[in-house]
Amino acid sequence: MDIFLVEAMVNGLLLGGVFALLALGLNLIFGVIDVVWIAYTELMMAGMYAMFWLYAKYHWPFLAAAAAAIAVVAVLGLLTHFLIIGPILDAPPINQLLATGGLLFFLQSFATLLFSTEFRNIGVRLPTLEVAGMFISVARLLAFGVSLIGVGCLYAFLKRTYWGVAIRAIAQDRQIIGLMGIDQRRVYGMTSAIGGALAGLAGCLLVLQYDVHPFIGLSFGPILFMICVLGGLGNMLGGLAAAFIVSEIIAVGGFYVSIDLSYVLAFVVFIGLMFWRPRGVFTR
Amino acid sequence: MKRNLVVWLVAIAGLAALPFLGMPVYLLHIAVQILLWGAVYTAWALMGRFGMMSLGHGGFLGIGAYVPALLWNYYGITPWIGIPLGVALAVLVAVAIGFPCFHLRVVGHYFALVTLALSEVTERGIVAARDITGGSLGLTPNTVSGTSLFALQFPDKRHFFVIALVVWLVGLWVWHMIDGSMTRLSMTASVEQDAAAAVGINVPREKLKILLVSAALTSLGGSMLGQYLMYVNPGTLSGVMVTLQMLFAAVVGGMYTALGPTMGSALTIILMESLRILFGTRFIGAANTIYGILLIVFTIFMPVGIWGFVVRCWERRAAAQRARATGATSAQGAGASAR
Repeated sequence: MDIFLVEAMVNGLLLGGVFALLALGLNLIFGVIDVVWIAYTELMMAGMYAMFWLYAKYHWPFLAAAAAAIAVVAVLGLLTHFLIIGPILDAPPINQLLATGGLLFFLQSFATLLFSTEFRNIGVRLPTLEVAGMFISVARLLAFGVSLIGVGCLYAFLKRTYWGVAIRAIAQDRQIIGLMGIDQRRVYGMTSAIGGALAGLAGCLLVLQYDVHPFIGLSFGPILFMICVLGGLGNMLGGLAAAFIVSEIIAVGGFYVSIDLSYVLAFVVFIGLMFWRPRGVFTR
Repeated sequence: MKRNLVVWLVAIAGLAALPFLGMPVYLLHIAVQILLWGAVYTAWALMGRFGMMSLGHGGFLGIGAYVPALLWNYYGITPWIGIPLGVALAVLVAVAIGFPCFHLRVVGHYFALVTLALSEVTERGIVAARDITGGSLGLTPNTVSGTSLFALQFPDKRHFFVIALVVWLVGLWVWHMIDGSMTRLSMTASVEQDAAAAVGINVPREKLKILLVSAALTSLGGSMLGQYLMYVNPGTLSGVMVTLQMLFAAVVGGMYTALGPTMGSALTIILMESLRILFGTRFIGAANTIYGILLIVFTIFMPVGIWGFVVRCWERRAAAQRARATGATSAQGAGASAR
């Protein structure tokens, strides 16, 4: 097998880790609150900017900056829920999509207004490892590892803690949950904050690999939604599997043709799969 | 009904005469854009009002803009053929997406996200084929000197104003037709597929019909915008951002009324132009920031949009007047019988 192909596949796998993290956050929110945050990757962008300012401009220690960035995006997630989704919780899906579409518009243009369209680099240079003739960037490896740890922590939280169980319960049956003595508002708030925090974490990891600019959300968003739909909205395990499948399609397609065309290919494959299993490939 | 028609004809004649009464070129330029984008936003609202949130209209717009421009530049095929071909391609794509979507009941969030892929495919596809399309730098149709009906190029903006007016009127006419044939579907509120099916409506077919008409109109609007601006670009005439712009204009103007989307178009273009004149390029992104906030605020507090609100107030007042009139006569009658 061609060594460069293997390298492309490994890189695809590593990128898949970050997508898995983002997909998990979005699926959690959809599963619990039954809304899709179209602006999810824009929240991630906010995390990247927070990281950039705190680390590169104010010279905070890396981990402190990352923690602060995650907290900032978690708060943004809370605000998104209580200011935007809250008032239209029971409205038809189109209204919720429109409102979060407005948020996307807002975050993106506000970032343009504040930071201009300049590409900003955080200035961390992580080395590249050479493994069996392949070059693998440590930044990607780190992103992959931390993403998997994040996924694992969330899984443990959902399985082991009281609030985790409450979140899973509400995802299964929204109506009955009030009778069980669980404060629905609080569960929604917590879910939104966790969803935001996951986007923030993804932002912290991606800022090591990519320059941040106001439109970066758009280069991840559509792919992310595709992953979530492919895995079945709200289906967390499906989302994980789909994240790796899609990023492999992109990586291998990028190897054989060009990266732009491989995105087109991924979307065409996606549309095709949708017609085969409209509720997601991994849905029973 | 007849009086309505007369009012309409007079209004249209007045609009068409406007540029020939010495309208400044700059205002004319704004007016053409309002009309053409108005037609596109109307096309989006055709779907939005039935609860189908398409994020794929940027794709149809891009097809409409690029097909005639490419055919003209590479093969010298007149836009008179290129535009119908673009519309046909957009309709074909709409069938490919819509037929399975509606039959498999891909609705709500799923429909929005599947169609989002279409916008993305078009934009990325245009960028990827940069050897042919010029990629993200855009493409300029080859210009001919002077006015040419064959090339559909008019240096005199007044000519284009008339064309834009026609395109816009086609949009309104389509709206009117759909409105007439779809009242039953809209009564059952589209989301309730089962309810609609129960009263004997073939929901997938009706939805597909709306999607095809909407795609065709969007594509036509895209062609005309390309032809008017003489420049097509994947970022401004296709893709996700344009689609969001459509949502914004339709929602803020009012997607449940015929003139709402046009109102949204006028609002966006006037706002953008005033910001540009007042602040220049210093506040790049300011207009979109305002749009974003307005889109959220309107979705939450006034989902019928500005024009929808006006129409509703109007109707309420008319109803109140009618009630008062009938109330007055019945009171009179009561007084007479008492006497």
